[in-house]
Amino acid sequence: MDAVQLAIEERVFEQHRHHPKAQFFWVWGALLVITGIEVYLAYQNMEPIRMLSILMGLSIIKAALIIAYFMHMKFEIGTMKWLTMGSLVVCLSLMCIFLPDALRIIQLGVR
Amino acid sequence: MSDIAIPQAEDIQIYEPSFFGTYSKKIGMWLFLLSDSLTFGALLFAYTYGRVSTPNWPTPFHSESIRNATLMTAFLLTSSLTMVLAVRAAVEGKAAAQRLWLLATMACGLGFVILHGREWSNLIAEGLTLPLFPAVPGHANAEFTEVAKTVPQFPATFFGLTGMHMLHVTIGVIYLGVVALRKKFIPILLGLWLVAWLGTPAYSPFHYAAHVLLLAAIVISIILWLKPKVYDAADVEVAGLYWHFVDLVWMFIFPLVYLMSTRIV
Repeated sequence: MDAVQLAIEERVFEQHRHHPKAQFFWVWGALLVITGIEVYLAYQNMEPIRMLSILMGLSIIKAALIIAYFMHMKFEIGTMKWLTMGSLVVCLSLMCIFLPDALRIIQLGVR
Repeated sequence: MSDIAIPQAEDIQIYEPSFFGTYSKKIGMWLFLLSDSLTFGALLFAYTYGRVSTPNWPTPFHSESIRNATLMTAFLLTSSLTMVLAVRAAVEGKAAAQRLWLLATMACGLGFVILHGREWSNLIAEGLTLPLFPAVPGHANAEFTEVAKTVPQFPATFFGLTGMHMLHVTIGVIYLGVVALRKKFIPILLGLWLVAWLGTPAYSPFHYAAHVLLLAAIVISIILWLKPKVYDAADVEVAGLYWHFVDLVWMFIFPLVYLMSTRIV
């Protein structure tokens, strides 16, 4: 194994050792609570677009907690955070350009 | 005497910091996860597009399905916690604790797959099926048959999305098994294959999908015999990234597929 890589690994693991374990339990608890809120909202008979917006918002919060704490992204350097998350958000947003087309099909109707 | 320090060989840094500030294995796994995110992103986009453009999209999931899916979510979230604890044990050099937490993660993942398999079997028995699946005997007028007939995109997107995710979870469990147990995992995997194959009826899609486990056993045998290695803390952390990704994807599939299709009586 490359000495450079081993040195970088040891530096990363030294950082790991300083993070308290309690924060992982708090994040796990928060994720379970948010899941409970989502299930509760599913039975409130809300208007679909409103429910979808709230559920997607809660899912993004859960995803952010998992990426930041469990996947350790919060403790990475700025370049890693911005390049990886930024490119992912841009690519996913590009797909959404075509979503209004789905509504257009409903409005135009089908024969 | 001059106070200027003359740099000695041991003072010189032996490495330059990497551009991403971390080791190459981790960067490689992140790049793979970014590409896999786009795969699931495309599937979820196709599901959303199909759902929005179909006026009579069904909302057939009873409370039993929602309870089951919520329990599956709890299993996956707990498995993420045990995975983080496994990484911490690996970093601290505690081999026994590392193995224990990895096995706990695998157990939660296996629980998820079994619950999901039961969910699929119940839905297929109720008539929600695909032309690809074998016919279930004696369920011609079941509840979901009408749904599958009038809106065929519903079963197609449901089984496509959740099936792809289930495959990722299964691969994740196998990956963790290899990291935790190495060659000792191969007979366990072969045992799981036999149980999955012989324990499921011939009309269940899992009777045929079980052979994925045999294929995995062959592949990991080749890898472990050609390149035997001791999996260190970096390997555990990289496996952990994959596992958390699998959990992350479920955080979107659960509300979009299950909660948005809840039957409210």
